[in-house]
Amino acid sequence: MDHLEIARSMFGTTMAFHIIFATLGVGIPLMVLFAELLYQKTNDRDYAVMANRWTKGFAVLLGVAIPSGTIAGVQLSLLWPGFMEVIGEVMALPFQIEIYAFFVEALFMSIYVYAADRISPWMRIVSLTLVALGAVASAILITNVHAFEGTPAGFRFENGEIVDVDPWAAFFNPGFFTTAGHVVVSAYMTGGFVIASIAAFKMIKDREKGRVFRFHKKALMLGLAVGGIFSLLTAFNGHQSAQLLHEYQPEKLAAAEGLFETQDYAPLAIGGFTDRETEEVKWAIEIPWALSFLADDRFDTVVRGLNDFPEEWWPPLYVHTLFNAMVGIGTLLILLSITGFFWNRFLKKKRFPKPMMWAFVASGPLSVLAIEFGWIFACTGRQPWVIYRMMKTEDAVTGASQLGTLFVLFTLVYFVLGAAVVLVLRYYFRKHPVHEAIDIKE
Amino acid sequence: MSDVIIAISLLWGFIFIYAVMATMDFGAGFWSMVYINKEKTNATNIANRYLSPTWEVTNVFIVAIVVAVISFFPGATFTLGTVLLLPGSVILLLLAVRSGFLVFSHIAEEYRKPLTYISGITGFLIPGLLIIILPVTHGNFIEVRDGVEQLLVGELLTSFHAWTFFGFAVSSTLFLSSLLLADFSNHADEQEAYHIYRRDALILGPITLTMALLVMVTMRYEAVWLYEGMMEHLPFLLASAGAFFLAGFFLLMPTGQGKRGWPRLAVIVIVLQYLLASYAYGRAHLPYLIYPSITIEDGFTNPEAFRALFITYIVGFAILFPGFIYFWRLFMKDKRYAKQQKSNYDKK
Repeated sequence: MDHLEIARSMFGTTMAFHIIFATLGVGIPLMVLFAELLYQKTNDRDYAVMANRWTKGFAVLLGVAIPSGTIAGVQLSLLWPGFMEVIGEVMALPFQIEIYAFFVEALFMSIYVYAADRISPWMRIVSLTLVALGAVASAILITNVHAFEGTPAGFRFENGEIVDVDPWAAFFNPGFFTTAGHVVVSAYMTGGFVIASIAAFKMIKDREKGRVFRFHKKALMLGLAVGGIFSLLTAFNGHQSAQLLHEYQPEKLAAAEGLFETQDYAPLAIGGFTDRETEEVKWAIEIPWALSFLADDRFDTVVRGLNDFPEEWWPPLYVHTLFNAMVGIGTLLILLSITGFFWNRFLKKKRFPKPMMWAFVASGPLSVLAIEFGWIFACTGRQPWVIYRMMKTEDAVTGASQLGTLFVLFTLVYFVLGAAVVLVLRYYFRKHPVHEAIDIKE
Repeated sequence: MSDVIIAISLLWGFIFIYAVMATMDFGAGFWSMVYINKEKTNATNIANRYLSPTWEVTNVFIVAIVVAVISFFPGATFTLGTVLLLPGSVILLLLAVRSGFLVFSHIAEEYRKPLTYISGITGFLIPGLLIIILPVTHGNFIEVRDGVEQLLVGELLTSFHAWTFFGFAVSSTLFLSSLLLADFSNHADEQEAYHIYRRDALILGPITLTMALLVMVTMRYEAVWLYEGMMEHLPFLLASAGAFFLAGFFLLMPTGQGKRGWPRLAVIVIVLQYLLASYAYGRAHLPYLIYPSITIEDGFTNPEAFRALFITYIVGFAILFPGFIYFWRLFMKDKRYAKQQKSNYDKK
């Protein structure tokens, strides 16, 4: 690997690790908040137990989310000093405002966890709302920097100097709302499905089908409802994201769809692998006209193909596969929650069949996987640019040379922390099983 | 005041707040490790009760500092980022292990001891490494090779000046945190823990002052420009030393009923001591961010960005201020919290 590839792999590894915890850090607080609200509304103590247990899990996840986020933030300056020079000058606002969101989250998280017994239930809900708001605001703001990389605004380069800086124009760059929205709704979706996964797994393992089973059933239904609603919203928003690409980063859309020739009535290729030589997507199912409709809601929309752009501007062609994997999982999850809802509400069945239960178990890990695919697609799809048509990634990378060893060390620490999180969570919830928590509360 | 002076003052303020909070944070982690086997004295519990709710808030400050540097002084970002890749990465790795295992140690009861040892030891190294950034900005350890600035790691590791900074940071960490925990245990009416932490503070105070003197002595040889600048602010340094002795007096003074010391006053005076000394250091460091290549003027952002940032600072902290007050009242002032036998993590 050359210098640039090591730097990209290193930062990519950091992000791939952090994004799991960051996503759950946005998704879980919302679930806790729903559980607290349901408890206040129904007075069913099970929901209070849920809120309590999820908060415990969330606290453990935060133990890794916070330092890995700190790493990601600082590594940006260490690995990409050229990029951060521009960001510092033009796009400092979201970073700066994120700090406040971060403070709000940290302050009220501590208050919610350590002062829960000394504050009123009303204040608990306020604290929790502020935790959830802080978390989502940090996600929105940091995603805004990513949006800016794709649709930069608010500055120009003149002879290598940054001129005409308008920080608020950069802040409200064209990609901001759509991109940030995508990250938020997909994080909420993941929070819901991860809870559903755990609950479904516990239900399968539970042989008595009694009190504990009913507890998990409630958690499953809540998780599926939240996951289902937000997977739909993610899909609607995903449609907007594709249109954003059509307008602002046409070569990224072309690579995502494996489209080489510019055309109207463009077909949508589902699945398959993009082949550079024959300029087509092999083994794909083609839906005629669909891509044109996707790009701008009309079948005669002209969608630009890769051949319109110099080849050194092309993103890597494998992004088609990543894009399909992300969309595929999303679609599957929507179908799954609709089926579950239909089964429960219209067929009025008390139990889900085994295969469906295992599909619920898979929903959480699948959501996380979709998030990973989505991020890799979004970032490799922008290559060779770090700021689209403004700055190449190779011009932003550090000149320092000890990257290889550091890459190994960081990866090692992520493995240790990742393994430790799993072990600690397993240890804690084994030691404090649900039936004890329910007994105590009763 | 010009914009650039406001910016560097804000940055300095953040660094100062973080320095104080972080020494207390990492130090508390260290003490909770040292006294983990003395179950009767509650010294470990006191340290944990301080640490548990505060570490996340403290951690935000380190990100706030990085963001302040990048947003106010983007012109320095390139050099700082390149030069600090290695030390910065080591700090990040230690910080990740430390924070992770700190949380794990509260959750996994049976493995508390080994987990506390890991977080305690990694944590107590971090301030020493963080402060190494200061001698790097003094100028002797950066060399331009093939048009790229590189950190001379070998020379940094063999520099007395750098090592005195390291020693100063580690002893300060232990000193400040033992003093704060003395106050915290006194507040919680834990006389035995108070006794222990007061003793530690009395031992570590003189060590820290000696380290500070050594920093000045080595600075005279390795960073003359800075030494001379600091000597121009000698009154601040003398006042700082005066505050140190005043704090010693407050700790030793009998307060009746067989008790000794007035720890709250000692904490306040010691913070004042550090404030005075770091003001003198900061003033002498100006106008250089990194000597001799980057001044604050060179690195400063454009006026539009500064104005926008400044507004968010005012609005942001106006909104956050009540949150900080509420936090302070719940965890630092409320005796019910300080006196709890166990933290909430341990309860079911």
